[in-house]
Amino acid sequence: MLEIKNLHAHVGDDETEILRGVNLTVKPGEVHAIMGPNGSGKSTLSYILAGKDDYEVTEGDILFNGESMLEMEPDERAAAGLFLAFQYPIEIPGVATMTFLKTALNAQRKARGEGELSTPEFMKKVKEKAAELNITMDMLKRPLNVGFSGGEKKRSEILQMSLLEPKLCIMDETDSGLDIDALKIVADGVNRLRSPDRAMVVITHYQRLLDHIVPDVVHVLSRGRIVKTGGKELALELEKNGYADYVGQAA
Amino acid sequence: MPAVQETIDRVRSIDVDQYKYGFVTEIESDKAPKGLNEDVIRFISEKKGEPEWMLEWRLEAYRRWLTMTEPTWARVSYPKIEFNELYYYSAPKNTPGPKSLDEVDPELLETYEKLGIPLREQEILAGVAPENRVAVDAVFDSVSVVTTFKEELKKAGVIFCSISEALREYPDLVRKYLGSVVPVSDNFYATLNSAVFSDGSFVYVPEGVRCPMELSTYFRINEQNTGQFERTLIIADKGAYVSYLEGCTAPQRDENQLHAAVVELIAHDDAEIKYSTVQNWYPGDKNGKGGIYNFVTKRGDCRGKNSKISWTQVETGSAITWKYPSCILRGDNSRGEFYSIAVSNGHQQIDSGTKMIHLGKNTSSRIISKGISAGKSENTYRGLVSAHRKATNARNFTQCDSLLIGQDCGAHTVPYMESKNSTAVFEHEATTSKISDDQMFYCQQRGLSEEEAVALIVNGFVKDVIQQLPMEFAVEAQKLISISLEGSVG
Repeated sequence: MLEIKNLHAHVGDDETEILRGVNLTVKPGEVHAIMGPNGSGKSTLSYILAGKDDYEVTEGDILFNGESMLEMEPDERAAAGLFLAFQYPIEIPGVATMTFLKTALNAQRKARGEGELSTPEFMKKVKEKAAELNITMDMLKRPLNVGFSGGEKKRSEILQMSLLEPKLCIMDETDSGLDIDALKIVADGVNRLRSPDRAMVVITHYQRLLDHIVPDVVHVLSRGRIVKTGGKELALELEKNGYADYVGQAA
Repeated sequence: MPAVQETIDRVRSIDVDQYKYGFVTEIESDKAPKGLNEDVIRFISEKKGEPEWMLEWRLEAYRRWLTMTEPTWARVSYPKIEFNELYYYSAPKNTPGPKSLDEVDPELLETYEKLGIPLREQEILAGVAPENRVAVDAVFDSVSVVTTFKEELKKAGVIFCSISEALREYPDLVRKYLGSVVPVSDNFYATLNSAVFSDGSFVYVPEGVRCPMELSTYFRINEQNTGQFERTLIIADKGAYVSYLEGCTAPQRDENQLHAAVVELIAHDDAEIKYSTVQNWYPGDKNGKGGIYNFVTKRGDCRGKNSKISWTQVETGSAITWKYPSCILRGDNSRGEFYSIAVSNGHQQIDSGTKMIHLGKNTSSRIISKGISAGKSENTYRGLVSAHRKATNARNFTQCDSLLIGQDCGAHTVPYMESKNSTAVFEHEATTSKISDDQMFYCQQRGLSEEEAVALIVNGFVKDVIQQLPMEFAVEAQKLISISLEGSVG
């Protein structure tokens, strides 16, 4: 589903390479975790996958279902089925969360040549998914992410993900800012979305999220390269010994 | 926002100049000779069959105007207007007061059709419930052509007609109120208007009557080189209520067109007037050539106690906008409101705002202004809030927000406050923001295109004001804002 080949990239005018040859293959149905210390390039990787401006690929390629995504706009990537759950979701003042959800869903449906969802159909869908994530209708009336608590922001991200039903979910530090109860709700939400034709990339510092979202493969990203790949037990090892063993290797 | 998708579709269907209403209807006009002098004023007055006092009123205004100079304090620049190169009166021919739509020039109806303004006749034919109807007093160039629903309004005792007709039918009412809010000598453009106004609307809602429908006028400037000088007068007698909608579009042309309207509102004891405007006049082409000059004087007088006047405006058009809908809070406990969205793109220049003059006790006012600048435009909010010595407990809340799109536009806020009463409380909040790259990226990551993302973020920015508009206007306004901002990103 996702194939990253020898990806090199830098941010803006700063020529310093943040990604220095990342290789990664994710197949449908798989959940991959990418772990690594601060500054290893985890968030950069997620932004590059989503196509953020200013994040420049200098070498290598990103294939999504066999086709290069590098020339695609962020909204084209979204319509193709790529979703990024943000570490810091952005506030959109004056735009009710419900309005945002409907606009986004219909924009994607339209881009894919599907008809817009009728309001009753849409409402039924939202109510159902919102209930699973403990999101009240009241919260959906509030402007998107404005004044949301950390937990509300992350639950809202997962709600969007479950509504948009992407093929590839990238989650950037979805566990940050969550207490243990909220973490459980979010993880359950993510696990409900696991399916044989959907892939997930979970970016995190900590093992604790992976207790709830159990990955098939764990990668260690350090200084812009994947330096170690293993099974879920790798995460436990990292939790015990820290990243020190790997930071040196990437130099 | 359900309008967003529709907006985008519409934006895409618009040509380079982004102005779809640029067509000229060929209808023969009955014109006054070019230029301005006492003979032209006599011609206008005679054409309209006005009483003698009205002609005198006009002539007095004209003589006053000759001694005045154009104001230059606004933050706008434009070539000098040659007032003697303009025509001051033009009326579509074949329209000696039609009794029904059948008598109206078909080409005129077609124009409205293109603008998407059905004269609501279909509603009657289709048997739409009376409470859902909108009464339209259509102004084509200078003369009211069709007035619908007059009978129904008559039943309620509401007078809604052209000001020319009012001068003939209700001269005493007009004489009593005309110029009582905006005096003849008020300012350069208002004085010019007093001398040469061609037509406009007149509304009188009698004591205790709640006007049974929203009243609406669509303006359209058509005849080449014709200054438009609308005059509107709305009176709500004791305990009356009326909501008035004004919407405008104009055909595309090269020469600048001058528009200097005067609107006067009078609210007596316990009366309420709500005046809403959607303005979409030709803003000029992408190089800033052409476009309407809009110099308007709008003022409401809360003459009675507990009266209320509320202005809501969505301004997207015109090359130059000079406009300050104001409230004189004369009656005790009266209230004034001003809700504004001013969108400028291309080379548009807007200098707009409001004045809230607190004269009575316990008067309150609220100002919410949202300016959106894009392209190479300049957008200025200019406002005055003042409390007179006797305005005990005057209250004002002002919020001025500016949103910038792109690098070459400007937003300016010029608030004036004067308080001569120590119990007055005035609050002012102002913000300036830009649509951030992060907001754009977030929206695009969720599948919105750049245009859709801007439309969504902008609609969020103006929401407080859109909510004040009557429902059908709100949808139109959202579309208009998005259309006006087309091409402002990327």
